[in-house]
Amino acid sequence: MASRATILVVDDEPPIRRLLRTSLTAQGYDVLEATGGQEAIDAAEREKPDLVILDLGLPDLGGIEVIRVVRQRTSVPIIVLSVRDDERGKVEALDLGADDYVTKPFGVDELVARIRTALRHRFQAQGEKPVFTAGDLAVDLVRRSVKRGGEEVHLSPKEYDLLAELVANAGKVLTHRHILSKVWGPAHTEDAQYLRVFIRNLRSKLEPDPARPQLILTEPGVGYRLRDAG
Amino acid sequence: MPATDRPDREQRPSPEALLEAAVQEGRGKLKIFLGAAPGVGKTYEMLQAAQAKRRDGVDVVVGVVETHGRTETEALLAGLEVIPRRRIDYKGHTLSEMDLDALLLRRPQIALVDELAHTNAPGGRHPKRYLDVEELLAAGIDVYTTLNIQHVESLNDVVAQITRIRVRETVPDSILDHADDIEVIDLAPADLIRRLQEGKVYVPHQAERAVRHYFKPGNLTALRELALRRTAQRVDEQMLTYMRQHAIRGPWAAGERVLVCVSEDRGCAGLVRYAKRLADRLHAPWTALHVETSRYHRLDEQQRDRIADCLRLAETLGAEAITIPGARVADEVVSYAQANNISHIVLGKSERSRWFEMLHGSVVHDLVRGAGGISVHVIAGESESEGTLPAKTIATRAPAEAFDPIPYVITAGFIAVALGIGLVLQQFLSVQNISLVFLTGILVSAIRFGLLPSLFACVVGVLAYNFFFLPPLYTFTIADPENVVALFFFLSVAVIASNLAGRTRDQVLTARSRARTTEELFAFSRKLAGIGTLDDLLWATVYQIAAMLKVRIVLLLPGDTAGIAVRAGYPPEDELDEADLAAAQWTWEHNRAAGRGADTLPGAKRLFLPLRTGRAPIGVLGIDRDEPGPILTPDGRRLLEALADQAAVAIERIMLAEDIDRARVTAETERLRAALLTSVSHDLRTPLASIIGSLTSLRSYGESYDDKTRETLMATIQAEAERLNRFIGNLLDMTRLESGAIELKPEPIDLAEIVGTALQRAGKLLAEHRVEVDIDADLPPIGADYLLLEQALFNLLDNAAKYAPPGSLVRVAARREDAMAAVSVSDEGPGIPAADLERIFDKFYRVHRQDRQRAGTGLGLAICRGFVAAMGGSISASNRRDRSGAVFTIRLPVSADAAPELMAQHG
Repeated sequence: MASRATILVVDDEPPIRRLLRTSLTAQGYDVLEATGGQEAIDAAEREKPDLVILDLGLPDLGGIEVIRVVRQRTSVPIIVLSVRDDERGKVEALDLGADDYVTKPFGVDELVARIRTALRHRFQAQGEKPVFTAGDLAVDLVRRSVKRGGEEVHLSPKEYDLLAELVANAGKVLTHRHILSKVWGPAHTEDAQYLRVFIRNLRSKLEPDPARPQLILTEPGVGYRLRDAG
Repeated sequence: MPATDRPDREQRPSPEALLEAAVQEGRGKLKIFLGAAPGVGKTYEMLQAAQAKRRDGVDVVVGVVETHGRTETEALLAGLEVIPRRRIDYKGHTLSEMDLDALLLRRPQIALVDELAHTNAPGGRHPKRYLDVEELLAAGIDVYTTLNIQHVESLNDVVAQITRIRVRETVPDSILDHADDIEVIDLAPADLIRRLQEGKVYVPHQAERAVRHYFKPGNLTALRELALRRTAQRVDEQMLTYMRQHAIRGPWAAGERVLVCVSEDRGCAGLVRYAKRLADRLHAPWTALHVETSRYHRLDEQQRDRIADCLRLAETLGAEAITIPGARVADEVVSYAQANNISHIVLGKSERSRWFEMLHGSVVHDLVRGAGGISVHVIAGESESEGTLPAKTIATRAPAEAFDPIPYVITAGFIAVALGIGLVLQQFLSVQNISLVFLTGILVSAIRFGLLPSLFACVVGVLAYNFFFLPPLYTFTIADPENVVALFFFLSVAVIASNLAGRTRDQVLTARSRARTTEELFAFSRKLAGIGTLDDLLWATVYQIAAMLKVRIVLLLPGDTAGIAVRAGYPPEDELDEADLAAAQWTWEHNRAAGRGADTLPGAKRLFLPLRTGRAPIGVLGIDRDEPGPILTPDGRRLLEALADQAAVAIERIMLAEDIDRARVTAETERLRAALLTSVSHDLRTPLASIIGSLTSLRSYGESYDDKTRETLMATIQAEAERLNRFIGNLLDMTRLESGAIELKPEPIDLAEIVGTALQRAGKLLAEHRVEVDIDADLPPIGADYLLLEQALFNLLDNAAKYAPPGSLVRVAARREDAMAAVSVSDEGPGIPAADLERIFDKFYRVHRQDRQRAGTGLGLAICRGFVAAMGGSISASNRRDRSGAVFTIRLPVSADAAPELMAQHG
């Protein structure tokens, strides 16, 4: 990376902020802190951070509201900190433009991986890295070819579109609605059963053990994530 | 022996019964071989039993056995260790006695001590052998002994009467009562006498004559009966003890039955109580009987009340109350008693005058004469009755039937017909005989309509006869004096006959209505017995009373607060105003009638009566009818009381059942609360302890640790924190379940996918296990909530990881079962004890094992069940058949909308 990336941490809990500051600084990031929603919006405006880590349960302005406001002004990647059992909040945040989420309690390794993915997608223009590889799978988005262990894998057009969308966002969670809208069109955003069938088909063609997927991961109640090689 | 007072609601083992059992523990057991007379073979039997025990490896030793030189008995001694007797010199004789101390020192399991009633030689420790036996028993040694019935203390007199020989050596009854086992050695008298004649019975020479007299068939039969009966009594008591220890309620089997005769006499209540005491003493069932003769119709209301009240009193005291019709009281009582094996009849001393008895005969005398073998207890009437059975304070209305002209019109018609026939017959019959035609008409109307219309018929008939047939015709005057006499007799016969016929009709009607009432009461009680919920019961009660008495009714029960409230009514929309509620409350508090027609608060619209059982007041009945004046007829009130009694008992039954249920729920709640506290404090603190311990260790000494140690500590911290997180997740899930805050988002779910997700999340937990997934490829999607089902599966995997040893195989399989899909998780752990298979899904229930308790929360499976049930599925636990291990199976319906699948597949 050319320069140290700046991360804005928004959380009202001092121990969480302290943890993130310590861990992220150690990873070579500059860390800014905000304790509330309004402060976060101001800081995002003023400091122009490279990434925002945002707690959804803020006391003053809800995290959802912060995303709404921030998204109107900038495309800075936002990673949401959420709790389990709040799948609805996660989906809402993602649909509003948040880039990813981490469920509290989280491991720092997991968070750092998400941050890296998000920053890479920010700094890399799409298609810059035309061949995606993960394990023995290689997807060439330019040639529209999918190979597994060097063997060409035959995919239907929709299967390929779906895989392409996942590959383009590798490492990022994609909501059902997002994938449906991108692959099937905006009219089909509620037809989750299509998606499920195609994911199943993709897994059976691409996963070594479709029963225990290692590549196309299910994010329960939210969507899917393609495991990022890097 | 057990005390005689036995509370009726005994449900738990009574303290004295348990105490008795405790006293028995640690003591040796006493077995008595009881015989009716010498020579029946007691010693022989005892030795046979002892040999059998010895063959079973029991340590049996002979303390003392008198064989009296009988060879077959001596043969049985072979192989048994005999403790040498102690020699005692007494007045020049050498007597040999059982050596108690040697026996105590030897401490066998069973000691044989013959002839329990034996008197020891002076100089021994105890004067009597049974005291030696007591000491052996107290030392924990079982004793086999023999005893003849004539030696039992309480039977001493009886035996002396039978045999004319008084036995000096006796043992107290308590020995028999405390014996653990009594075996009657029974021999038919004829066989015993033959044995005597064959010289097989030991007879001391000096007493030979007396003994010959003793062994007469009559004596032996009587003694035999005594022995059997005494043993039977002992068996009864044993059963009683057993039933008390195990809290089994009656009926208490006993040969005795008590019958109490209920009449209108004032002392009747005392009589009933006496019968109750007698029945209690005898542990006997009892019956209260009222014989309803024709006299019943001449009794005043107060007397009828007394009979009804006495019968009800008897019923509340546990008797069966019966009313039978009959002509003569004594005959009916005796025939009932004989038909029902009654052994005791209780009746009151007559209050009637000597004249009455001379005219009608005395019931007591007739009964005593007719009773035969039945004991008759004649009890002086206690004058307590007025106090114990309060006089009725409720005004009742006469059962006045409204004047109905129709019978009179029809009666006039009969007479007109008679007149017509008379005019026709006039050609053939004499004038005097024509009167018979009129008499027929009068009788018909008497049978048809009763007394008053028939008297009317008499008058009309006589006038018509006079007018149309007696000269001078067509006047009411009579010329012939002979005809005056004839007319007079005609009138007399007509009045007497119509009177008789009318009364017969009344009796028939009464009997018919009684039969109907009885039938309805019976049907009602049968109906009540079948009802399980309070609301249904109250409804049935009010409906029945309203229908039978033609009244409006409300039924009030105590509510949660101090007051009582309407719980049922017929017609159902009835509500109480302030005055009525006050009257109802007064009735409830004072257990007496109030309201319209009663002494208290007569201004209320309704009459309120307490609803009570023998135990306590249950509630209040309020009745009301549209017509002014008192609400009930005397018959109606008696009927109401009968109905109310039945209802009260039934209501109490259901309320008790509900109480028990409530108590159970409370206990369960308490258990859960305690379990929650234990679980929360244990399951929260344990991981925290590890975390804090590891952290402080790292901070303080981290620098001195090598990398591996640091890594171990940090791994511990992470694992324990994750465990804590899972536990909190479980607590939250449980809370959501219990508060009903589960939001279902059912969608068609691919089982392969969801199993994959759950396995992915459980990856770390199952790191040391092998995992196999076997899901039918053509399994259709199931309809469920993704997150709930995933959590349920995760909990099952978590459970398997916890209980199955590392390295073993955890298998997740899914297949179709008709309209359901079944997902099962099976492990190779120790499995689930059969007794726990159902309870394992209970909150905070953990399978307890000998080894340390696994680190479970007792919540995971409860959550599984809650979630799966919320999704309309089921979960079950079983054990593997092929090897040890548990199998948990979730069954969920296959998704209904599988159609889009196909579209998507081809799209």
